[in-house]
Order: sequence, then structure tokens, then C-alpha cells
Amino acid sequence: MTIAAPRPTLARRLSSTLSTHPRVRLALLITAPVAWMAIVYIVALVLLLVTAFWSVDSFTGQITTEFTWDNIVEVVTGALYQTVTLRTVGVALLVTIVDVVIAVPVAFFMAKVASARWERILIVLVLLPLWASYLVKAYAWRSVLSQEGILQWLLTPFGLETPGYGLTAVVITLAYLWLPYVILPIHAGFSRVPDSMLEASGDLGAKSWATLRLVVLPLVWPSIIAGTIFSFSLSLGDYITVNIVGGANQMLGNLVYTNVGAANNLPLASAIALIPIVIIFGYLALVRRTGALNNL
Amino acid sequence: MKRIHRTARRGATVGLAIASIAVLAACGTSGGGGTATDEAMTELGDTEGTVSLLAWPGYVEDGSNDPEVDWVTPFEEATGCEVTSKVYGTSDEAFNLMKSGDYDVVAASGDASLRLVAAGDVAPVNTDLLENYDGIYDFLKMQPWNSVDGVSYGIPHGYGANLLQYRTDLVTPAPTSWDVVFDASDAYAGKVTAYDSPIYIADAAVYLMAHEPDLGIENPYALDQEQFDAAVELLKAQRANIGEYWSDYLKQAQAFTTGDSVVGTSWQVIQNSLEAEGVPTAVVLPDEGTTGWSDTWMIASEAKSPNCAYAWLDYIASPEANAAATGYFGEAPSSDAACEFRTDCEAYHAGDEEYASQIWYWSTPIAECLDGRTDVECVDYAGWTEAWAEIKG
Repeated sequence: MTIAAPRPTLARRLSSTLSTHPRVRLALLITAPVAWMAIVYIVALVLLLVTAFWSVDSFTGQITTEFTWDNIVEVVTGALYQTVTLRTVGVALLVTIVDVVIAVPVAFFMAKVASARWERILIVLVLLPLWASYLVKAYAWRSVLSQEGILQWLLTPFGLETPGYGLTAVVITLAYLWLPYVILPIHAGFSRVPDSMLEASGDLGAKSWATLRLVVLPLVWPSIIAGTIFSFSLSLGDYITVNIVGGANQMLGNLVYTNVGAANNLPLASAIALIPIVIIFGYLALVRRTGALNNL
Repeated sequence: MKRIHRTARRGATVGLAIASIAVLAACGTSGGGGTATDEAMTELGDTEGTVSLLAWPGYVEDGSNDPEVDWVTPFEEATGCEVTSKVYGTSDEAFNLMKSGDYDVVAASGDASLRLVAAGDVAPVNTDLLENYDGIYDFLKMQPWNSVDGVSYGIPHGYGANLLQYRTDLVTPAPTSWDVVFDASDAYAGKVTAYDSPIYIADAAVYLMAHEPDLGIENPYALDQEQFDAAVELLKAQRANIGEYWSDYLKQAQAFTTGDSVVGTSWQVIQNSLEAEGVPTAVVLPDEGTTGWSDTWMIASEAKSPNCAYAWLDYIASPEANAAATGYFGEAPSSDAACEFRTDCEAYHAGDEEYASQIWYWSTPIAECLDGRTDVECVDYAGWTEAWAEIKG
């Protein structure tokens, strides 16, 4: 008795070719994502970098494609750019600190205290604001923080008043906007800490605070750093929130925006856009050792 | 009938030929600075069927925002030119969008129009081809912001002034001078607002014209380095008391409603909407005079539909359409005839030459001083933009 060999259809032949040629398989598999990365990400970044070394003819508004260091020199040495860079980094750091201070206890409660059912509900609640548009949330804060807003109404009985529009408002709004991105990785970090370790620590005589500091914190530290990467980098590039609640202040993103739009100076805008890129690369290099990048 | 048709078609061919020559000329000169060498059309041909407009919000309404507000449909029905339009938020945005070459017609304020001419993005306009040109106020025609060397680059649309707006309950006594936002702004620290554009430097210059005559400013858009520095200094001092800069008029209206801004530069249309909501605000044209805008409909030098573009220019200058468009936006119309279709011309001081003469209309500052001085070089718009970023800090 013989078994009829399967008919070599096209699909079957293709599949056998692929199984004997792992390199072809690999090439087919990664071409699309690599091409996407290359076109959307690398090419855009390289173009940005190249544009920063060009200049604009101020009369006709055309870009002159001759190499010049002028934009870079201006951005590095100009007092305006130094002030705005410091302000932007300051806001980004404050937002990050506020978010971590809020996110750590919330994430700890979700992962270790709440029941499984409540944990799910809390995760949904944390994600809930992400379903609303960024602009809607920013404008909501604009009305909350205004002179006739709800914050003023709440604070008046205590003799306080709303901070109004300004950098404080920017920090509050950005901290609100990015909070979910900070809570989620920290929550994941806490979830990975085995309960047995906490019990062992208790059995060996450590008080709660010592357990937190010596056992839990080192374990979730990379996750906290992962969270800060989100809030820090997102704040660094933001320009819409500061436009809506920032009063008369501007951040790096606004300078990029006005140079692309109002000033029609794409090369200078590119040079300014390099500042947050350099800062982020520096930050990533700094946190790489903590292993945070494996937690993103 | 057939004969007329053929003539019209020949006209179109001629128009097309002229347009293509103009395009070639524009290409040929763009490298050398794009000066105004293009020829205007000499006669009109068949309409092309579509026309693409770029305008301020509220200038081109086809009923999609408010079914009651529609002056585009009658135009489409009368000419067969289907209108597509895009709105822009600032003059700078308009200037950049025109570079895309996607638009046949642009409604430009004076701080964009000269730049558009200099960049070769717009073509001269033969006003003889526009029937409604004659009725337009003389003081709007052939002005520095809509003509270059005696060549017209468009048809006036409407004009208005940047006014001093204040909360009547919070700002007393009622101001009559811009000093409440400059030298005396300390009283309203944190509640002063200003227009967020480099062109606002001219407002400081207007103030200095009255208060620092020694500087010798003749035209707020023609500032030499010394005059410019004085204006920038004034604005840097003002910055300390600014609550927020505005460019979005809804944001401005909201800030006045909540009291986050109580005094600052504003527009009549904002006052009208606040008044309708019962917010206690008022506007005044201060003693020093003020800046303002006088908008011009211009035609792209590479317009794909030049005949429809001319048809639109003529239509939007016609009394009824002009009244509808300028009335909806909240500015004075371009002709007396248009006032017959509006009831609020008085509020906007339409045709009041005396009032209009107190307004310094937005113009693009260029190195060659607009006031005719030749012994000094003036600060150009790039310098203004740079200074504006520094003022905001």
C-alpha cells in the first residue's frame, strides 16, 4: 500500500523553499518593519539633521542648500534658546517628579493591596482619560484653572487662589496628561515582585519601611525609570499645553512651531528640534545602566 | 452665439499663453529674488470650473458652518466655478501655504501681501477686468500693501482696527490711551493681553510715535535699528505684566469672559460676541491711533484657474457679497454700496476717512524703509520675528 505523495501546489513549494532557506524567510519577515523604521524614522531624522545645516533667504523665503554652522551656533550660544531650554527641562523634570510621586503609591496599591477585581477596575480607570482627546483635556484644564474656574471656587474658602495661567498650570496639566504612561510601567514592575519576597523580608524581621526600601524599591526601580522616560520625553516636546494654559510662556516646542510657521525658518527650527533630541539621548544613555530600557 | 463662444475660447488660449509665460517668468526670476516682473491678464477667457481659495476664517462661507451664512453658492451657480477653500490662522501661515502652489486666490493682510509679491507667489491684477473695482473706497486703492511700483496686486476686501479692549467693571477709569498696556500696565499685572505676532511690535511703535517723538518714527512698519530697539525695550517691559498672548480669537473671548485678561489689544468682532453674551467689556480707539488690517484678494502667479480667480475677485467685491463676508467677519466693507446691505456699517466706521486715517494698516517691514528714508536701513520682518521670540523669552 502506498501513500500518494501530496501534489506539489505552489503554496506547498513555497513553504518548502522557505523552510530550507532560513535567510529568505528572515528577509521576508523583517523587510516591512525595517523599511517602515527606515523611511518613517531614520529618513525623517536625517532630513531634520541635514536641514539644520541649511539657511533661508530672508527676502524670498526659499531654503538655500549651502552648508552652514550658523543655526547650530545660534541655538547653542543664543541667550533665548538657553533660557527656553532650561525652562523646558525644568518643566519636564517637575512633571516627572509629580507623576512619580503620584504613580508609585497608586501602582503599589493596584498591584499589591487591591483584590484582582479591583485591580482590573483601577487599570480601566487609569486608562480612561486616554480615551478623551488631548485637546479636550488641555482645554478642560484651561477652564478649571481660570479666574472663574472650579479650582478658584474650591480654594477661596481656604484663602488661596488658582495659580492662573503660567508654568504652574503647565506642570499640573502635563502631569495629568502623562500620568497613565507613568502608572502603567510601575504597576507592571510591582506586579512582578513576588509576594514571597515581601513575606521573607517580614519573616527576617524587616519593618514595612525597610522592606519597601531594601527589597521592593530596587526591584521596581527600573520600572520607575521606564515611567520617567515617558513623562520626561513627552513633556520635553510639548507645545500645545503651554499654548493653552501657559500664559505668556514658551517652551522649545513653541520655538520650533513659530520657526516653522510664523518665521518660515525651517533650518533654525530643525536646529532647535535637535536640543530635545540631544537631551533625550543623554537621558537614555544615563538610565541605560539601570536596565530600565528592558522595562519599556 | 457660436462666434462669441469662439472668441471667448481664443481669449482663454491667450490667457493660458500669458499665464504660462508668467509661470516661466516666475521660474526664471525666482533664483534672483523673484521680483515682480509678471504680466497681469489682459482679457478674460472661459471659466475653468474650479477655483481654490485660501482665506481668513469667515471669509469664504458656503453654508457648511451655518446654513444661513452662504455667499459661495450664489457664486458657484452664477459662474460655474466650484469653490474649494482652506482657512488659515495667521498671516505667516498663509505665506507658507501659498508656497505649496495649491491655491488660485488668497485673501492676504498687509503683513503677508508684500512678502507674497516679493516671493513671486502672486501676480499683478488687471483691475480693468473687475467691474466692481470702481465702487471701492479710494483710500483703500493702490496702497503700499496692495500695490508695488504703481502695479495693483489685488482687490481690497475689508478693513478694521486693532482696538483697546477692557473689562468695564475691572478697568477704571475707562482708558483712552495705550499706556494701560505699556507704561501704566503695572496696575493690571498678569491680566494684560497682547496679540501674539511679530507684527505687534508695530503697536509699540505707534505708542512711541506719540510718547517719544525724539525717536522720529514716521511709520510704525519702517523702524531703523535704534527705533526698533526702543519698541522692543517697551515690549520687554510689558512682558512682565502680560497674562497671555493671544492669536486665536475664541481663546481671547474666553479669557475676557473669565477675567483672566482684563485689558489689551483686540478686535471689534470679539467685542461684538462678548457684548452679545453680556460680558462687561468695551473697546476704544486710543488717542495715539492704532494698527489695523486692510485685506486684499490676490491671485497666485501660478493659478490653475485664473479666470475663475478673476470671477471670484469681482464677485467678492460686489456690494452684496462684500457686505455678507465683511459683516460676518466683523470689519468694515470696501465700498459704500455694500453698506446698503448691512445695518452695522456705523459701528465699523465704514468709509470714514478720518477714522481710517488713524489706522496704520499692517504692512510687511522690509530693509528698504517704507517711509522713504534712504540714509538708514530698516529692520526687516526676519528681524521682527527674531525679536518677537526674544520678547516672549
